[in-house]
Amino acid sequence: MTDLTGDSQKPDDAAYLVDELENTSHKKSISSIIVTFFILMAIWVLLSGKFDTFHITLGIISSAIIAFFFSDLLFRNLILGRLPRVWFRFIVYIPWLIYQIFLANIHVLYLVFHPRMLELIDPKIIEFRSKLKKEMSILTFANSITLTPGTITVSATVLGKFAVHAIDETSGRALPGEMEKRVERIFED
Amino acid sequence: MSVIIIIFLATGLVFFAGGAIGIIRFPDFYSRLHPAGKLDTAGLFMTMIALALYTIYEFNVDNLITALKIILIVVFVFLTSPVATHAIVDAGVRAGLKPWTKEKEKEDNK
Repeated sequence: MTDLTGDSQKPDDAAYLVDELENTSHKKSISSIIVTFFILMAIWVLLSGKFDTFHITLGIISSAIIAFFFSDLLFRNLILGRLPRVWFRFIVYIPWLIYQIFLANIHVLYLVFHPRMLELIDPKIIEFRSKLKKEMSILTFANSITLTPGTITVSATVLGKFAVHAIDETSGRALPGEMEKRVERIFED
Repeated sequence: MSVIIIIFLATGLVFFAGGAIGIIRFPDFYSRLHPAGKLDTAGLFMTMIALALYTIYEFNVDNLITALKIILIVVFVFLTSPVATHAIVDAGVRAGLKPWTKEKEKEDNK
């Protein structure tokens, strides 16, 4: 631990990294196994589409085995009490994201079909530092940026450093902005 | 109902066409990924919504499950598409490819 802190130039970052590594050690909790099981089971029922005993039993057996071995891949540090709230807020976030994706898609479509496209675009890499702390929120934020056309996340670290490739001035101006605030409201409080 | 479905399908196809044309028209590797990775997602979203609506036009349990499977396709593409795009961009950055910028273009032309 002292080695990590000693090597790094920024003590805050190193301390945070150590903290993060200790939190994400591979321990399996019962609640995360159960939640993983129910998600897998729902997908099984949906994909098989058959409700007789044989298929349901097969589903229960295979979901249980997978949930037991791989529950730590889907959820780390799961706190069951917060889960419904986070998911509810996440589901509320999705329509807004789709609306943003739609608006931005129309903008890129306009660029693609514009005759003097090369004068309009101005690609550049924007770097900024995000306030987000949790792994899950950084993942969601990075993927939301990439899904919104006009911007691609080039790199994102656990510490919240982002590099984003933006196709033109308008797409890049909105970052980090409102999207970060909304993601922050979902996962971090 | 069928009018709504046709509108969705047509919008989706316009997005797909825009994506295909954009890949050819944009100047470099990074900017080409913008239409490739994202206009396709929007196009897929539109067309799959249209297909789901078409499927539940005659409403019963079987058709509902089929429609939900179609929605599941959209969910998985929305999860994987940004990750794939990010992996391609990351590969480009690691290989040391510099992005195309307006300033560089002007310098090259001088």
